[in-house]
Amino acid sequence: MPVLIFADQHEGTFRKAAFEAVSYGNSLARQLGSTATAIVLGTCEEQNIRALGNFGVPKVLHHTNSLLDHFDPAVYAKVICQAVEQESAEVIVFSHNFNGKAIAPLVSARLKAGWVAGALALPDTSSGFVVKKGVFSGKAFAQVKVLSEKKIVSVNPNSVPVEKTDQQAEVIPFDSQIQESDFKVKVTATETLSGTVPLPEAEIIVSGGRGLKGPENWGIVEDLAKALGAGTACSRPVADSGWRPHHEHVGQTGITVRPNLYIAIGISGAIQHLAGVNGSKYMVVINKDPEAPFFKAADYGIVGDAFEVVPRLTKAIEAFKEKQH
Amino acid sequence: MKILVCISKTPDTTAKITFTDNNTKFDEQGVQFIVNPSDEWYALVRALELKEALGGTVHLITVGGPDNDPVIRKALALGADDAIRVDTDASDGYYVAAQIAHCAREGGYDLLLTGKETIDYNGSGVGGMIAGILELPYISLATKLETEGNGEATVRREIEGGEEVCSVKLPAVISCMKGMAEQRIANVRNIMMAGRKPLKVVEPVDADKLTEIISFTLPEPKSGIKMIAPDNVEELVRLLHEEAKVI
Ligand SMILES: Cc1cc2nc3c(=O)[nH]c(=O)nc-3n(C[C@H](O)[C@H](O)[C@H](O)COP(=O)(O)OP(=O)(O)OC[C@H]3O[C@@H](n4cnc5c(N)ncnc54)[C@H](O)[C@@H]3O)c2cc1C
Ligand SMILES: Nc1ncnc2c1ncn2[C@@H]1O[C@H](COP(=O)(O)O)[C@@H](O)[C@H]1O
Repeated sequence: MPVLIFADQHEGTFRKAAFEAVSYGNSLARQLGSTATAIVLGTCEEQNIRALGNFGVPKVLHHTNSLLDHFDPAVYAKVICQAVEQESAEVIVFSHNFNGKAIAPLVSARLKAGWVAGALALPDTSSGFVVKKGVFSGKAFAQVKVLSEKKIVSVNPNSVPVEKTDQQAEVIPFDSQIQESDFKVKVTATETLSGTVPLPEAEIIVSGGRGLKGPENWGIVEDLAKALGAGTACSRPVADSGWRPHHEHVGQTGITVRPNLYIAIGISGAIQHLAGVNGSKYMVVINKDPEAPFFKAADYGIVGDAFEVVPRLTKAIEAFKEKQH
Repeated sequence: MKILVCISKTPDTTAKITFTDNNTKFDEQGVQFIVNPSDEWYALVRALELKEALGGTVHLITVGGPDNDPVIRKALALGADDAIRVDTDASDGYYVAAQIAHCAREGGYDLLLTGKETIDYNGSGVGGMIAGILELPYISLATKLETEGNGEATVRREIEGGEEVCSVKLPAVISCMKGMAEQRIANVRNIMMAGRKPLKVVEPVDADKLTEIISFTLPEPKSGIKMIAPDNVEELVRLLHEEAKVI
């Protein structure tokens, strides 16, 4: 069962989600006694692509056509299907990030390949092909059996180990006919939030709730996040009130995150909020109400006023980081 | 504009999740069902706003058994014109998409909207699969959707660490998320009318099922919390470093 991995690049660089997908695909190929190949679409320096070998993959196909610098999931799906055919791939691996979620269903429909969206572990291949994924927005897990001959797995961020070696991959040009007219979705503007970690990939997240009283008080959240190199998030009412941008809203109806550390400040811990964050490895709660439900779900808790505790914690983190150097 | 909105039924967000039949089935006992939040709050409300601005009609489709009817009536009560229910079991995303694609082909819609993902099975895929089957353009995770009704739409979508604005020729399939519209409350008149709106039940077409859930598990309960005094944050830093090893 040869494995093809879509390694998602952004302006020529790869992020953690791509490394996780490559590492996962490679471990999977090993488990299946087969080979893994990655594919990269669009402009990207060869040395960056070769470095994907660090995550185990021996060979990477590179489609250099700069038309692919514009993302249209339908065109990406078409190119990936051509690569699947060329490599006789039977399992296709994506990152379960924004791009992966856009392309994978199109590939699934084209190839009639069953797709496990947001895999949390390698498949159990002892009888068939069964993959664990989150369901009920973090409240439970399901074992999903893929019934089709070809299979698609998208790997949930921050959920699988990354194995690193010092190998380099061989880069092989991949060409398929694509034309400007294939692009039905035309990108007219891109706005990147420079310097921020996409929340689903963040290893540490500092999150604020209505307990912070207003957007003018977010400085203490941002300072703590900066000290920790963390991403920032918020509860739903905070985003709904326009205190913070929508993309920071975590929970059952927002983004599901699984960081190593989630610090909740002035968040009560409603069931819908917990659903989106309870996959975090460790959770710290800072809340002035000792009865706040979040304390039942957390690993470490401080009962206190956020406006006093958080700046103190930021200082302590800074001092700790200082000492580490 | 003729808009088709894909509506799915999900357990209420406060529902306690448990399983029966040796952890192979979701236990529906005592569970309230709602319209999947992103289908209702974003896809449906945006469709209604476009109808109000440009004229046209808003149609709903759901794939599932008769137990979906109360939920689809709730969605009709927000102001959609009519609904189709494909009467079959909706256990596989591709199978569901194939049913919707079949109906959409016959309906001649300008726009097909889905939610970002269902909050029960978290597939995030039915919309893309419909687009793949119908070979229509697909934009996922859209936070804004504008059209003048001139056969084109401008859409904002989430990308890794940012947003992208794109234009697309219609018909197209778009999956909708937060930002696109504000949640609405049904008014009494619409609630009264919803019961009388056409809800057509159709038989499924043949399609493959590509996946199957074989069992469920619940997360391990947390082992208990360690409380730290508010004036001893250094202790928290120590625990995060030495015990949790996350900093
Ligand atoms: C269908 C549905 C879907 C939902 N989806 C989501 C979702 O995806 N994500 C989400 O977050 N919510 C969601 N909610 C909302 C959820 O039910 C809660 O209302 C929400 O999470 C509460 O946000 P909060 O904790 O910020 O505010 P509150 O519940 O108001 O809590 C504020 C907390 O701050 C504490 N506090 C106050 N002052 C201080 C201080 N000075 N220092 C320290 N602590 C202080 C208080 O003790 C309190 O615990 C959803 C609700 C519904 C009905
Ligand atoms: N059974 C269904 N009937 C109609 N629409 C559905 C159904 N299941 C999913 N959808 C639509 O597809 C979107 C994505 O669903 P999913 O791929 O299950 O996360 C949902 O938000 C709905 O708009």
